[in-house]
Amino acid sequence: MSIPVLKFDAVIVGAGGAGLRSAIQLSEAGLKTAVLSKVFPTRSHTVAAQGGVAASLGNSEEDHWHWHMYDTVKGSDWLGDQDAIEFMVRKANECVVELEHYGMPFDRTDDGKIYQRPFGGHMSNFGEKPVRRSCAAADRTGHAMLHAMYQRNVKANTQFFVEWMALDLIRDAEGHVVGVTAMEMETGQVVIFHTRATIFATGGAGRIYYSSTNAFINTGDGLGMAARAGIPLEDMEFWQFHPTGVAGAGVLITEGVRGEGGILRNANKERFMERYAPNAKDLASRDVVSRAMTTEINEGRGCGVNKDYVLLDITHLDPNTIMKRLPGIREIGLQFAGVDCIKEPLPVVPTCHYQMGGIPTHYSGRVVTPQNGDYNAVVPGFYAAGECACASVHGANRLGTNSLLDLLVFGKSAGDSAVEDLKAGKAHRELPKDAAEQSLARISAIDNRKGGANVHETRLAMQRTMQNHAGVFRFGDMLKSGVEKILEVEKAARELEIKDKSMAWNTARTEALEMENLIEVAKATMLSAEARKESRGAHVRDDAPDTPEFPNGRNDAEWLKHTLFNPVDNSITYKPVNMQPLTVEPIALKTRSY
Amino acid sequence: MERQDYERLRWRCIRRALLELDITLTRFLDDGFDQLTEEEQAAFVDLVALEDHDLWYLISGKEECNEDEARFVPVVEKLRKCSVRLAG
Repeated sequence: MSIPVLKFDAVIVGAGGAGLRSAIQLSEAGLKTAVLSKVFPTRSHTVAAQGGVAASLGNSEEDHWHWHMYDTVKGSDWLGDQDAIEFMVRKANECVVELEHYGMPFDRTDDGKIYQRPFGGHMSNFGEKPVRRSCAAADRTGHAMLHAMYQRNVKANTQFFVEWMALDLIRDAEGHVVGVTAMEMETGQVVIFHTRATIFATGGAGRIYYSSTNAFINTGDGLGMAARAGIPLEDMEFWQFHPTGVAGAGVLITEGVRGEGGILRNANKERFMERYAPNAKDLASRDVVSRAMTTEINEGRGCGVNKDYVLLDITHLDPNTIMKRLPGIREIGLQFAGVDCIKEPLPVVPTCHYQMGGIPTHYSGRVVTPQNGDYNAVVPGFYAAGECACASVHGANRLGTNSLLDLLVFGKSAGDSAVEDLKAGKAHRELPKDAAEQSLARISAIDNRKGGANVHETRLAMQRTMQNHAGVFRFGDMLKSGVEKILEVEKAARELEIKDKSMAWNTARTEALEMENLIEVAKATMLSAEARKESRGAHVRDDAPDTPEFPNGRNDAEWLKHTLFNPVDNSITYKPVNMQPLTVEPIALKTRSY
Repeated sequence: MERQDYERLRWRCIRRALLELDITLTRFLDDGFDQLTEEEQAAFVDLVALEDHDLWYLISGKEECNEDEARFVPVVEKLRKCSVRLAG
């Protein structure tokens, strides 16, 4: 079969914040640039980001990038690379001001400067007191950001391929990345994008969990493609969770509900937080509450047919208080849980929110992989930025509002690096003869298989396995059995069958292809989590508790290192954390406490 | 509605920027869309082309349709009812 080949200088997969930011650099440098997106760019999940973007502009009060750096390193529980973190925080002001010049309508102070809000974890003078560092555009920061960058791209002649799904990375015999295969959804046609630079900006994969705040689009396509191309995934055990999402839906219930008197109950209607935090009870910190909820579920006191959620009870509150103090909560309960919270408790569960790990990159945005003793050998022609990448600035836990900063700084940096590499004059390398073979074989197998696994059921099995075995609070035995279970689910995910065989707009096929990406991420997460025998940041194990020897369960002597999961043989290796910043003294290890 | 048009619409409903819309629109396609008149179906196609926040504010009742969005009103009402009815 003859497959059409489209030749570009660069292809960017994903049109969220990181993709659009990198595309600006390439197109404005005069390079022929294509952006592939499963949806219209301004419908990317970046739109959902409300919190703002961190930059030490110091518009509201004194601030400094070094303090921002300290907060980020501490937030990461010292797993973030300090060179990448210094790079990011020092680029923050420039990137925010650029965005302002692109037309981003930031909230402003009376004297016209960008207004800055306080945000959890943002401190001045190395953790001394809170500082206002977050720049926002009302409650639509991500939305406004995408619009500003999309328009800038249109002006710069970026070519958008909307409702196209990238399928596989194309690497030649020497390991150079020479493009991607992609499918136009409207026709089902598979096309080769033959390029000199390929940038992944595909976002996170939060849909591996049963309860996730992520939109359905976050299926980890970039990670799946990288894994199939033999590129290891870094630090995949680290996922940020919120304690109370609506069970089965993932929509967040604000922590203010507990603040107003909401009580968590198990299947016996018991107020279980009294046992875990006798003083603070339901107002204990986010991680304590999440751990207690998970323990209740794991010990069989969860609610529902599958005993997999607990209840958040506000039926004892005055309905007027609920309507006045917690606007929107009743609607969320009605729409997403089928429950009127004035009369019945809400089903809730700790809910996945953000992926800290990803495709390993240098802070220049170039993808790196271990080779001949070098942990960070560049994969020529390949770049990644945003949630799909691991630079690593978030380490074991992300500081709030650093996600939008990440996509701006590393989107730009990946774009700049690609421009630099392309200006060095490298021509298009020859396409391998079998460039599209892997993608065509995958599609053909899904289309023609009989007696295979159902996509929806397989996805559900994966999501329940991840939720129950590698959730916010982890247990050694559960992780071990989780490994066996996810490998079983993987077998099903490699044997998917669909009923609809149409070429055009076959959403069943697209969802099957997404499932093949999700399972790569789920497997990497489960195996990486099982292997890391300490607690650090968002990875908290019951068998690595807080002790005087290992505060918070963290064991730097053995585990101050990045995980690299090799998807080819399911093996795990490690690489050192870069503790050496670019220009300042390292932020020395200490116990992470707030 | 032709199969291709429906599948395109389906994709534009099940892959939104906001999770709230993914869930609500998927549910409506499964239980509600078929009962719309042809005119309402055409309005629904245009409605889901709105920006995610704008659409979610309409469906959740935080905002109402503008004067020039009058043809959306019956569809928005059904979307709101669909959520509540299924919830009950």
